[in-house]
Amino acid sequence: MSIAVFGGTSRIARAIAQRWAEDGHAVWIGARDVEEAERIAADLRVKTGVNAVAGSFDAVDVGSHPGLVAAIEEAVGPLGCAVLAFGDMGEIDEDHADFAAARRVIDVNFTGAASLAEAVTAKMSERGAGTLIGIGSVAGDRGRQSNYVYGSAKGAFALYLQGLRNRLFKRGVHVMTVKLGFVDTRMTWGLDTKIPVAAPEQAARAIHDAAARRVDTLYYPPFWRAIMGVIKTIPERAFKRLSL
Amino acid sequence: MLAHGLGRSYGDAALIDGGKAVLTRRLDRMLDFDPETGWLRCEAGVSIEDILETFVPRGFFPPVTPGTKFVTAGGALGCDVHGKNHHVDGCWSNHVRRVELLTASGEVVTCDREQEPELFAATVGGMGMTGIILAMDVKLTPIHNPWIAMESIRVENLDHFFEVSAQSSSFTHTVSWIDCVKRGKGMGRGIFMRGRHANADEVGHASALTKLIEVADPVMAVPVNGPNWLLNNASIRLFNEAYFRKHPKGQKNVLQHFEPFFYPLDFVRDWNRIYGKRGFLQYQLVVPKTSDNAPLRAVLDAITKSGMGSFLAVIKEFGDLSNGGLSFPMPGVTLALDFANYGQPLLDLMERLDAIVVEAGGRVYLGKDARVSRATFRRMYPEWEAWKAVRDKWDPQRVFQSDLGRRLGLVGGAA
Repeated sequence: MSIAVFGGTSRIARAIAQRWAEDGHAVWIGARDVEEAERIAADLRVKTGVNAVAGSFDAVDVGSHPGLVAAIEEAVGPLGCAVLAFGDMGEIDEDHADFAAARRVIDVNFTGAASLAEAVTAKMSERGAGTLIGIGSVAGDRGRQSNYVYGSAKGAFALYLQGLRNRLFKRGVHVMTVKLGFVDTRMTWGLDTKIPVAAPEQAARAIHDAAARRVDTLYYPPFWRAIMGVIKTIPERAFKRLSL
Repeated sequence: MLAHGLGRSYGDAALIDGGKAVLTRRLDRMLDFDPETGWLRCEAGVSIEDILETFVPRGFFPPVTPGTKFVTAGGALGCDVHGKNHHVDGCWSNHVRRVELLTASGEVVTCDREQEPELFAATVGGMGMTGIILAMDVKLTPIHNPWIAMESIRVENLDHFFEVSAQSSSFTHTVSWIDCVKRGKGMGRGIFMRGRHANADEVGHASALTKLIEVADPVMAVPVNGPNWLLNNASIRLFNEAYFRKHPKGQKNVLQHFEPFFYPLDFVRDWNRIYGKRGFLQYQLVVPKTSDNAPLRAVLDAITKSGMGSFLAVIKEFGDLSNGGLSFPMPGVTLALDFANYGQPLLDLMERLDAIVVEAGGRVYLGKDARVSRATFRRMYPEWEAWKAVRDKWDPQRVFQSDLGRRLGLVGGAA
């Protein structure tokens, strides 16, 4: 069984791919930047000896997704696991004057991710086996003024995965939602987070173990479940006055 | 702008006051490996630790390694690092055939000994001042197992050291701990260690221990800065005496795992904290060998007279391989000394050592230096001008700088 990682050039995606490759699974690494994806695939080939192939994909080109999945399975064999690890926080100006930028964030993080989730799990449910891992964000748990476009797309994606999990349960396909807090990647680089930042390798190990146990929703680092639990219970009347 | 890898240079080689440090640690992909020949193509941020983790289980070892595995391939080339096997295998660059360098113009130049050979030579030991090293081809050494067949010999003085060293040329790895507090007849006494990668048939039950050692690392950490008084003349004298006496007279043969053999200090995380807040300075010199080794005796004499003991000191004979430019190793004897930072008196002592070293035709290691003067540097590295001409040709605007380069007049305009 092989694994496909969409958005494979992030530190965490690479760590996930490596974790699976260490178990001997063939890997497909997909990214916009194919040269970078190829360097990561080469690294996996050198370190683990598995078949690792790099390819390009475009999250917003939803029409291409079913054909892409067929091509991936051609290259690395039937997918036992697929990871949707891409995300785009976009560059949205403060007063949201340019909705096109906001729309792109929604298209990538929600529409594109949902489309790929369908394309990948269609193949898996034909075979009656497989795992889909959707990398979401704690930002999707509650809308906040600072990043609600990204947050709403990730939140919608989490709801989508919830429904998909429900539908595919009886077909033997498992859907896992991962909600990441701060992990030491490009996205958090240089941020003064004030909250401990997890190493991507540890996050990858946690995701790998959780997938084996068929966990439905994984928060990582785990204390984010508690933090978001508290944030979700703040009454809206008070929350709207805050700047968290 | 300056590339900064794992930041293990002891001095100002990887610092750039007011400039931009380009952190290369995440440029850490291994791009290709040929198990037939041992050639590895890797990015510059790959560390020796990464290479060990990936390749020791597959029977390969870095061709050269310094005393810590926490250095990057880029740093290893920029400092042209050497190890216990210099007398046989030379430096890191002697096992590198090709370098990808991001030059000042923004162009990525692939250089080797035929293509842009001047740029290749200037980048070897060039302390990062020719550009940002992106990737290289380095040839790994085949090994049978992670074990080192090691002999340790108590040497009673400096002459005895040279005697043992001369008898050790068949060993690929040699180094000696030296007690540089001891004066008089016992001056230069120490423990000579020599070893080689163990053969397949030498290791029986030892292989079962491998796993244990690997999971045990790192064993300890120094949790806080030690007080400044912790390392004083008396405690250093005591430590050296005890360390010397612990070893039985004569010789001990053991099979040792490569981790403690090559990286004894890597087992103690943040070991530098033992020096306290003031920190430490290292002085590593090389001087040509002479019949009476007067320069070396003069160095040891100056240290014992100063009353400033070196806590850890090692001595080794280099081989004949010398890479020119700013690369440190040359035929002779190298001595590496760690001093707690005693301030001005220590800097004065080091000036006195500089004079002895220059007079003897030797030099200090830039990868560890933090204070040598411009004039002294120029006498130690007579090829500096030719090196600078190549550097300036590729980087006329002085995009790449470092505090070390500014101090030594290598990236500034004025002489």
